[in-house]
Amino acid sequence: MTLPARIFQATDDVGSMAWHVQSDTGRMHELVRASLPARAGIGLKSQHFRAILDTNPDVGFFEIHAENYMVAGGPYHHYLGLIRERYALSLHGVGLSIGGAAPLDVAHLGRLASLIDRYQPAAFSEHLAWSGHGDTYFNDLLPVPYDTDTLTRVCNHIDQAQERLGCRMLLENPSTYFEFTRSTMGEAQFVCEVVRRTGCGLLLDVNNAYVSCVNHGHDAQTYINELPLWAVGEIHLAGFARDCDAKGDPLLIDSHGCAVDEAVWTLFDAVTARLGPMATLLERDNNVPPLATLLDEAHRAESLMQPHAAAGIGTGWRVTS
Amino acid sequence: MMDLHVYEQALFALTLLNPEAPCPSGIRTWNDSDPIARLAVYRNNVVSSLIDALADTFPVTQELVGPEFFRAMASIFVRQSPPSTRVLAQYGGAFPVFIEGFAPAQSVPYLADIARLEMARVRAYHAGDAEPVSRDVVGLALASGEQMAELRLVCHPSVSFVTSKFAIVSLWAAHQGEGDLGLVDPYCAESAMVARQGLDVLVVLLQPGAAEFIAAIQSGIALGEAAGIAVHTAGNFDLTHALGLLMTHGALTSIHLPQRLDS
Repeated sequence: MTLPARIFQATDDVGSMAWHVQSDTGRMHELVRASLPARAGIGLKSQHFRAILDTNPDVGFFEIHAENYMVAGGPYHHYLGLIRERYALSLHGVGLSIGGAAPLDVAHLGRLASLIDRYQPAAFSEHLAWSGHGDTYFNDLLPVPYDTDTLTRVCNHIDQAQERLGCRMLLENPSTYFEFTRSTMGEAQFVCEVVRRTGCGLLLDVNNAYVSCVNHGHDAQTYINELPLWAVGEIHLAGFARDCDAKGDPLLIDSHGCAVDEAVWTLFDAVTARLGPMATLLERDNNVPPLATLLDEAHRAESLMQPHAAAGIGTGWRVTS
Repeated sequence: MMDLHVYEQALFALTLLNPEAPCPSGIRTWNDSDPIARLAVYRNNVVSSLIDALADTFPVTQELVGPEFFRAMASIFVRQSPPSTRVLAQYGGAFPVFIEGFAPAQSVPYLADIARLEMARVRAYHAGDAEPVSRDVVGLALASGEQMAELRLVCHPSVSFVTSKFAIVSLWAAHQGEGDLGLVDPYCAESAMVARQGLDVLVVLLQPGAAEFIAAIQSGIALGEAAGIAVHTAGNFDLTHALGLLMTHGALTSIHLPQRLDS
């Protein structure tokens, strides 16, 4: 496994280490200095604000959807500020539309920059997808063809985002329901190339990997092994719903509305056996259960990571070149 | 020439909101199954997630007509007026007007105004933060004699009002478990002030003229003139009551005399 020469370590004037990344355009970006703890985290839901502050649950970090906090004031900022004082934070965007054919929305990038400045998250991530077109926002993560034109556009968008936000971002592999005839490379190859060209990290969504592979007749373990695992900065786990396509073959839907499937836990176990413990988010956005249920899932993820504490090929965050 | 990707995404985008549109070309499935079933997943994700967002913002509106009716009505609205914002808390501002013109909802004539009240609550919830002015400052300002009419009152960013021909405050409160819904006369006109005090969004019943008074001071009109506007609207407008209400609910953030304070 080779590490691109464009990621390297530097020491600033107060002696703390920082990572730098150089994109193909020659621009330098300092990486987010603090990485997420190699523990399980959960999504921050407004119905759990008070319970978190009252009970201080033992959880590695919280993740927020950036767009939910793009509001002027009120309880969301009040509680996030208090929770951020106690926990590491992962900022996860759903609306930047990195795979969009149109230019990135610079106002939206500005709003992300404000959130990063205010809450100093340990990681920022977005999706390999598009979510809006023209003046319309679809609130869904829509697929892109994997060809050289898309590759150039996605890399330009990631360069622009990393430069504007002043940090390295993690790109999440998508869940998809069909493929494009125009694609000239596989998704894993596309992601490898994006990571190589932009120096961004990978948010490995194991559920998305499983959902997409079942939906396209691929083997999920093979697909995951083809991804640039050295660049993983965070893992996502979630539940899916089962449906069928027009031929009666299984069609899995990335619903974030139920517990993590056993097949996904098995893949997660194999990934952590290679990478060692890794910041791992349990995602639940629909049918949100009580906090205790989410914490149980987080504890299960940590108990699976524990035996692999000595393992690890290292990640882009920790390996020097 | 239009960029090929822009064109393709535009075509794809069109099919997402139109269930009758044919499947765009260039789509492949591993088992050669009809891609329309797979496109349907995206169509459903888009429309149902946006309906869910509306259901979060308009819970009492949904209770008044039931979830099935609400979701059917919302699905038409979503396809007709999809969000232009990526911040879904801001989505739905045009929903009350849509409801007003939605013929099947005419049997619940106050539905649109309840939706207006609920949109105002969500806006207040996420509005900017500001410290309310203290009672001492208000007391001093109101004791300023003849200068009192010149005072400018600044409302908290969360403050808004909704006026209605219907009993929107009583109806809304009954759906929060306050009061007996069976005793509410929906045809009794009520107006509401919506404001956030601390972390809580309040819905406060306004006396006649008070909504016009708040509107006037929010537009920067001096206290005396604002009171005049309110009296013109409602002869029995009670200025003391209106000021007390704003003060009690932390709805004022500053009071000042233009130009004279610095001299």
